[in-house]
Amino acid sequence: MSKAGEDRGADVGAESDAPPSELRRAQEARLLTAWRIPKGFRYWSEVNNTEVGRWYTSVAFLFFLFGGVLALLMRIQLARPNNRFVSAERYDELFTLHGSIMMFLFAVPIFEAFSIMVLPQMLGARDLPFPRLSAYGFWCFLIGGVFVCASIFFGIAPRGGWFMYPPLTSRFQKGAGADVWLLGLSFIEVASIAAAVELIIGVLKCRPPGMRINLVPLYAWYILVVGVMIVFAFPPLIAGDVLLEVERMLDWPFFDPTRGGDPLLWQHLFWIFGHPEVYIVFLPSVALVATIVPTFARTPMVGYGWIVLAAIGTGFLRFGLWVHHMFTTGLPGVSLGFFSAASQAVAIPTGVQVFCFIATLLVGRVSYRLPMLYLLGGLSTFLIGGLTGVMVALVPFDLQAHDSHFVVGHLHSVLIGGTIFPILAAFYYFYPLVSGKHLSKKLGRVAFFLVFVGFNVTFLPIHLSGLRGMPRRVFTYPAGAGLETLNLVSTVGAFVLAAGMLVFVVDVLRPKKKDPDAERNPWNGGTLEWLTEPDKPWGVRSVPEIDERYPLWHQRDFVRDHDEGRFFLPDAEELKRETLLTTPIDATPTQCLRVGGPTFVTHWAALFTGGAFIFSTFHWWWSALASSVLALFTILGWLWTGTAIIPEKAEKDVGRGLKLPLYVSGPGAVGWWAMLITMLGDMTAFVSLVFGYFFYWTGHRDFPPGSQPDAHPGLLLAGLGLVIAAWIGTVVSRRLNRRDRGGAFHAGTALSAALSIAGGVALVLSLTRAGLDPRAHVYGAIVWLLVVWTVIHVGLGVVMHLYVMARRIARRMTATHDADMAVVTLYWHFVGLTAITAVAVVAGFPLAVR
Amino acid sequence: MERLGAHGEASLAFAVQIPSPQSALEPAGRDAERIASLFPILFGGGAAIWLVVMGLTVYAVVLRDRRHQRDRTRRWVVGGGAFATTALLGLLLVRGLSAMPELLDPGAPGGPKIRVSGEQWWWRVRYELPDGASFELANELWLPRGRRMPLLLESPDVIHSFWLPSLGGKIDVIPGRVNRLGLEPTRTGTFTGVCAEYCGLSHARMLFHVVVVEPPAFEAWLAAQRADARAPAAVLAQRGHLLFQQHGCGACHAVRGTAARGAVGPDLTHVGGRVSVAAGTVANDVAGFEEWLARTEALKPGVHMPSFHMLSSEERNALATWLDGLQ
Repeated sequence: MSKAGEDRGADVGAESDAPPSELRRAQEARLLTAWRIPKGFRYWSEVNNTEVGRWYTSVAFLFFLFGGVLALLMRIQLARPNNRFVSAERYDELFTLHGSIMMFLFAVPIFEAFSIMVLPQMLGARDLPFPRLSAYGFWCFLIGGVFVCASIFFGIAPRGGWFMYPPLTSRFQKGAGADVWLLGLSFIEVASIAAAVELIIGVLKCRPPGMRINLVPLYAWYILVVGVMIVFAFPPLIAGDVLLEVERMLDWPFFDPTRGGDPLLWQHLFWIFGHPEVYIVFLPSVALVATIVPTFARTPMVGYGWIVLAAIGTGFLRFGLWVHHMFTTGLPGVSLGFFSAASQAVAIPTGVQVFCFIATLLVGRVSYRLPMLYLLGGLSTFLIGGLTGVMVALVPFDLQAHDSHFVVGHLHSVLIGGTIFPILAAFYYFYPLVSGKHLSKKLGRVAFFLVFVGFNVTFLPIHLSGLRGMPRRVFTYPAGAGLETLNLVSTVGAFVLAAGMLVFVVDVLRPKKKDPDAERNPWNGGTLEWLTEPDKPWGVRSVPEIDERYPLWHQRDFVRDHDEGRFFLPDAEELKRETLLTTPIDATPTQCLRVGGPTFVTHWAALFTGGAFIFSTFHWWWSALASSVLALFTILGWLWTGTAIIPEKAEKDVGRGLKLPLYVSGPGAVGWWAMLITMLGDMTAFVSLVFGYFFYWTGHRDFPPGSQPDAHPGLLLAGLGLVIAAWIGTVVSRRLNRRDRGGAFHAGTALSAALSIAGGVALVLSLTRAGLDPRAHVYGAIVWLLVVWTVIHVGLGVVMHLYVMARRIARRMTATHDADMAVVTLYWHFVGLTAITAVAVVAGFPLAVR
Repeated sequence: MERLGAHGEASLAFAVQIPSPQSALEPAGRDAERIASLFPILFGGGAAIWLVVMGLTVYAVVLRDRRHQRDRTRRWVVGGGAFATTALLGLLLVRGLSAMPELLDPGAPGGPKIRVSGEQWWWRVRYELPDGASFELANELWLPRGRRMPLLLESPDVIHSFWLPSLGGKIDVIPGRVNRLGLEPTRTGTFTGVCAEYCGLSHARMLFHVVVVEPPAFEAWLAAQRADARAPAAVLAQRGHLLFQQHGCGACHAVRGTAARGAVGPDLTHVGGRVSVAAGTVANDVAGFEEWLARTEALKPGVHMPSFHMLSSEERNALATWLDGLQ
């Protein structure tokens, strides 16, 4: 038995008995100090995953309710033929905002929000690696979301549909609506990507010791797949947004067929994003099912490996079938056949997943609780959507169904069955984990039946009205075509569904002070999140070591060991927020990571970033520029004070006799991973622009056109040479810094910055000297865009050069602590790659084909 | 939410009634029939799969004792999830895609060439005859039964989609491209089509009609359409023609055989003989024309044609009478 007053760094290994209670109390007091949630208005400066996740989930759900109200207004308008409840213009705003809100402000964010909230708990981590980034993402989301939603009250709502097809949106709709959509949602997409980076690294690096890749909870597997999909799916859309916004603002004719542009390029870019998007929305809900089903079946998931393979397979396949949204654009038969088959193939992994769930239910003894009811309702609904999905993936059927109300029925079955029902199930399932109380069983059952019946009454008739010839997005329809009764029934159903949602909202909002507290693990779940005690801010009391998928079911004394702090990091000796990092495959501990605490810098950064986007919407260029500069400096200040901080000691005892470094640089560091993943997304956007260049070439005989000059090849090559020299200079400077040759490092970095500026100037001169006009023809526009894209990246590289020089001067970066320089060098690898590709295309391609 | 127009609710009665079918479930063309032949397979098969999967799930939930072994049940995943799905989808693809070559067949050239242009928010239809003559009309096509007719579709403004559920599938109409669609009616009758791609404010007011007749009647119709408009005999109609000229309608509309040669809006040479007016917005009778002239914008939001509500009702009546008489 240990004595009271024992050194707090003592080994609390599994063999020894419980640590003395005084020590435990002292440890808990220190943990509490480190993780305490600020009071008063400072509460909003909190960045911890639990709080941010809670806000994030609530706000995303509020946007969902707002989008639902818009849908009800549409259903009233369609209740009878030639109705005048809303004008055509208002109706167009309604369906545009309904779709955009549900996709960009609800479906994607709620999964990110929810994952930010529970993923660390599932992995036995105290927080995700970049809590301030999550907070920044949340505040961006809030500002952007409110901006987009409010647009309908100020008469500037977008009305180009959530798909925003040009030329309707580029030249045929007046007003700022399309800009609100393009800029407001791009802003949110940036936040989405930030969250994806956070979650990917969370799954890869924040797992508890011993959680090898084959023990990762299924939820985390799905989140990893979805995170990767976001990083590769959103950038093509952002590239498309850039093209469309530049066409609107500067009249560069990317989608204008009279000047060589092509409206179909937008459709490709949009659906390369848009189809994976559907599964970005759907897979997290399958992840919830995969979490809830084993708990109620009281048995481990059958076919863990199959599910993981199916999730990854789905993730890959989704990128190969965007064309099935374009079956009626007049593509050749071979393409139609190929994409039809590929679209059908997606049903296979989905079938595997469904059967894994059924098999698990068969094997286990099912305890039939409320969340299960929602899952069954979801399965029944989703199956309808899946089966109609197979139908519309079949080209002949799609030639009739495409853009008809049948597709409206199909997509709502998929999304409500595949997403809303599992999310509602998850609300009931996880509510005790988050708040310590249960939602009402009785109200939950009432809500379920209203939503389930309402859904089917609304959407089954919609399938039929589609086959009877009702197209989508019509503000009205003529009488006498056999559509009146079907539409009226749908409208009634929509209100029943809404009543169900209302009951659910009432249940969530009603005061629960008098309700009995929920047990700590009320459903007897087997995974780590149920270690959490809702009233403790630190997440896990100690970071457990595990050796199986459901440790709470099988490991004896596991909860006690955790509670008594016998695992890792039971203490916060320096009163700092810390969590454990492990290797991506074997989950062996590598670092004790100190994460950021409460701050308002994220709010300012989000505000200024938002300003830059929102002012641009109204063409207030000077305000937008000022806001961008402020955003840049705020973010630099945040990085300066909050990242790559040199710790007071090199290593730290994390318990069980294990010492881990506090500072890691290079590929072992989470910051390096974040830059890598971000730049992979950035490259994807760039590749999308290059795709555009070649798309014009394949689609048009006169590309590059004889009427347009080419960029000056000599200046292009000179510019490329200078940028490559700057890149090499950056790599050499990193080495010089590591050898602690400060003077040489500064000289090298300054030289690199100068070379970069010269290179950027040469690249721009290559266009102006040649007299290439971006407004005359799409050739000039796309060449200009590729070069400007490169120059902007080089410019950011210069900012980084200056930043690391300042860091070195301030002694915040040294020869041994060079994480900043490692990240900057990584960035420059991508700049080099971008510049080489851009110049190869712009200078090389005309040579090859002319 | 929106205030009713000056004429109030009652005037909605003029909004056109579309009695003609526009349902994919009642095919009247070769392509629609081929597609409809898939419906029993798709819906029957879908219902069967839904019943099996839901039945299995309910059984699994209700079942209380552990009657199923883990290893044996895993075979369900492989058998039900992977193999059965793959086999069924394979069969479906073979059955479904085998119809593709015929569906994509644009039809043999030789007969009249039909050019359709989707414009905000109406359909410009142009028949180019083998002898080099051509004529234009709007929102209406006539087709002979039993012959596959090629359509060439294009757009000068935004993307539209030409969908005629009774006869065949749809094809997008994209600026900068010419898409092709073959239509082969198997029944005579009048059928309604719609624009299926959101194209702006009056996307919902972009209907068109296809009249299918026997080949001799089709030839007769071609001959009639080639002819110029007949001069009106009645006094009221003559006054209507005069008003048409005085108010500059001819700047946008053409009426062959008169001074009106505008090419912006629909050709009105035989407008009185068409199924509906303004792309399915109002009925084609004197009252319909009057309604359209008085409340153009209210009936069809965003329409390029100005409203002629400043005319007296007598003047509108005269105009409508002349237009209705352009058979």
